[in-house]
Amino acid sequence: MATAKSLLTVPDFALSPRIDQVGVEERAARFTTRSIKKESKLNGLKLVLNMIDLTTLEGKDTDGKVKQLCYKAIHPHDAVPGIPTVAAVCVYPSMVKVAKKALGDSGIRVASVATAFPSGQAPRDVKIRDTRYAVNEGADEIDMVISRGKFHAGEYNFVFDEIAAIKEASGEARLKVILETGELGSFDKVRRASEIAMYAGADFIKTSTGKIQPAATMPVTLVMLEAIRDFYYKTGRMVGMKPAGGISKSKLALHYLVMVKEVLGEDWLNNEWFRFGASSLANDVLMQIVKEHTGLYQSGNYFSVD
Amino acid sequence: MAVTKKKAAPKKSNTVKLKFDTSWNYAPAPESKSAATIHKQYDLFINGEWQKPSGKKYFDTINPATEEKLSEVAMANEADTNKAVTAARNAYEKVWKKMPAKERGKYIFRIARMIQEKARELAVIETLDGGKPIRESRDFDVPTAANHFFYYAGWADKLEYAFPNRQASPLGVAGQIIPWNFPLLMAAWKIAPALATGNTVVLKPAETTPLTALKLAEIIQEADLPPGVVNILTGAGETGASIVNHPGIDKIAFTGSTEVGKLIQRAIAGTNKKATLELGGKAANIIFEDAPIDQAVEGVINGIFFNQGHVCCAGSRLYVQESIAKQVIRKLKDRIETLIVGDPIDKNTDIGAINSKQQLDTIHKYLNIGKKEGAEMYESSCPLPRKGYFCRPTIFTNVAQSSRIAQEEIFGPVLAVLTFRTDDEVIEKANNSPYGLSAGVWTDKGSKIFNMTKRMRAGVVWANTFNKFDPSSPFGGYKESGFGREGGLHGLMPYINLTHQS
Repeated sequence: MATAKSLLTVPDFALSPRIDQVGVEERAARFTTRSIKKESKLNGLKLVLNMIDLTTLEGKDTDGKVKQLCYKAIHPHDAVPGIPTVAAVCVYPSMVKVAKKALGDSGIRVASVATAFPSGQAPRDVKIRDTRYAVNEGADEIDMVISRGKFHAGEYNFVFDEIAAIKEASGEARLKVILETGELGSFDKVRRASEIAMYAGADFIKTSTGKIQPAATMPVTLVMLEAIRDFYYKTGRMVGMKPAGGISKSKLALHYLVMVKEVLGEDWLNNEWFRFGASSLANDVLMQIVKEHTGLYQSGNYFSVD
Repeated sequence: MAVTKKKAAPKKSNTVKLKFDTSWNYAPAPESKSAATIHKQYDLFINGEWQKPSGKKYFDTINPATEEKLSEVAMANEADTNKAVTAARNAYEKVWKKMPAKERGKYIFRIARMIQEKARELAVIETLDGGKPIRESRDFDVPTAANHFFYYAGWADKLEYAFPNRQASPLGVAGQIIPWNFPLLMAAWKIAPALATGNTVVLKPAETTPLTALKLAEIIQEADLPPGVVNILTGAGETGASIVNHPGIDKIAFTGSTEVGKLIQRAIAGTNKKATLELGGKAANIIFEDAPIDQAVEGVINGIFFNQGHVCCAGSRLYVQESIAKQVIRKLKDRIETLIVGDPIDKNTDIGAINSKQQLDTIHKYLNIGKKEGAEMYESSCPLPRKGYFCRPTIFTNVAQSSRIAQEEIFGPVLAVLTFRTDDEVIEKANNSPYGLSAGVWTDKGSKIFNMTKRMRAGVVWANTFNKFDPSSPFGGYKESGFGREGGLHGLMPYINLTHQS
């Protein structure tokens, strides 16, 4: 991306397209009126489960906690056959090695937050070292945060360069760029931040850290999906999407799938290009999958709490 | 089943295309038809009871999505119209006019509540009889109809505040003729203000969509509205003509084609009958380069494909500023690929059946005209059901202002896309139409919105939205789109005489 030729195509981010809030909210609401029944529900639920980045990002995380989470990632609910695994386990850099070992050759990725997550208030060299550490420990994916303060101050070049620097530091790992939309204040700014991230080399754009309210919402995700679509049309490069935080129910997750299907289509309907950042969503999805198999809802006691 | 590995090499941007034919699809989700009771045969609703048609004739009403017969309804002739007008006159003189306004209001509130209670049944019948998707009849037609009754019920005993220092008195018997595109909603638009102001009603629903009006008659009967206050006559053009020409009618309210509107105006010339006409349209939807593009595209889609384009205020002429035309057209083409065309009773259907064979033929005629005129036609790749009357959502690009598809009302899911350069140019082009019912403006700039709306010759101008309706907001046309306003305070005016209070 960083060749002189491609830099010429970087647009003036102050001019990124404007978003009409009322229109976005109406459009997002319309996706929720799709009726998902029978086999489309079951297939959708399995797809959702397979798109989850099972997450633990707490100060009190320990090896034991992460190991249990990794077992759950590989074996979400062995009582029912044919249940897919989740996509990745998302942890702090200090837990990457533990997760990597626990996941072994399951094919499940290890995603690590980095860059002074969640605030991002650290000097660039610290962020780069944080990223390199996570990559060296074995992270397959890096979830970075943008510098929202600089973004609000209008220093788009700073934000852009920082993302590009972290992209470089990530090496082979795929880079997810967290915009922290709950701190951006308007859809116009979400759109602008999405474009900065994509042009700077993001492999994924992600709504939230999960530490700030509001986290992911359907309208904000729609704005980002539309930014991805326009970027794809302009550059031919696919960028993934990860809404994170606030999606804990299957029904809502299926609404998100509807949105991906109708905005970006088939190519994005897999965990290579779409993820849910969530911790409690998995159990609700499992409960629904079991219900589709048996016709009965089981109590929460039948699903492991990790 | 871990992460699926796919190649992500950038493609040339001029070759990229989104694929909406996805491996994950929606299973059929039909609304249950058992919610609706449709009788085998319907008589005429005159003087609070069901009366056999004098001519003993009935005609079929069909489901346009399956071409199957749903029921048969009575064909009213002149003698029936006479009976209905007499019943309405009696009810007006003896009961309705004299009733305290507060009591009239109670009846209208009751009708509104009963529409809400029977919302599901009404929605299913509307969809079966007219072909519109259940999503729309459930989420738009029926709730908006109920809201209209609620709104005007509130006005019934407050007319002195609506028209301070003046005395509002009813006109008498209103003859009301409504179209097939929003059968129940149009009945509500017509009946609610008439009753609130103390008039009585003879209403004729459209030939192809009589069933929800007849269901409304059942509701009115159940609501115990005094006999004769609302009479419903089913039939075709002749029935309508007999209402228009009847000397006992004081006011005509008509929604339908401009052609018929002109006939009505001729017929009532020289009589004392008042009239409001809500006729055709060819709305301009204008997108400026500074607009929120994705929301504008969505608004254009709703503007033209809502109710299969069977909307008099449909945004059927799209004016796009030339600098963004390519981008907008690409987005429109993508968006129509995701519209689901099919069985209207399925909850996921976006575009249902065309209302009648006749209307489908009209649409096809215009598709051919568009092609002959040299416009580029693009239609969705969706499959169409084998039975029933269906039409793919269609976009014409490269359209000229002088093309017939840009000038004439098609009344189907067909969008004509034109381009423009400057504000003045687009205002001139948008106003360059015999119609003037509605228009849309999409821009992020507030001052431009005010400049545009001031200069557009259209009854309704929507800014950064389209097809928004509220009972409190007046609706009606300029030029050949008709005259008079329905909805809001303005909607009371056509049903009253105002005199100065002594």
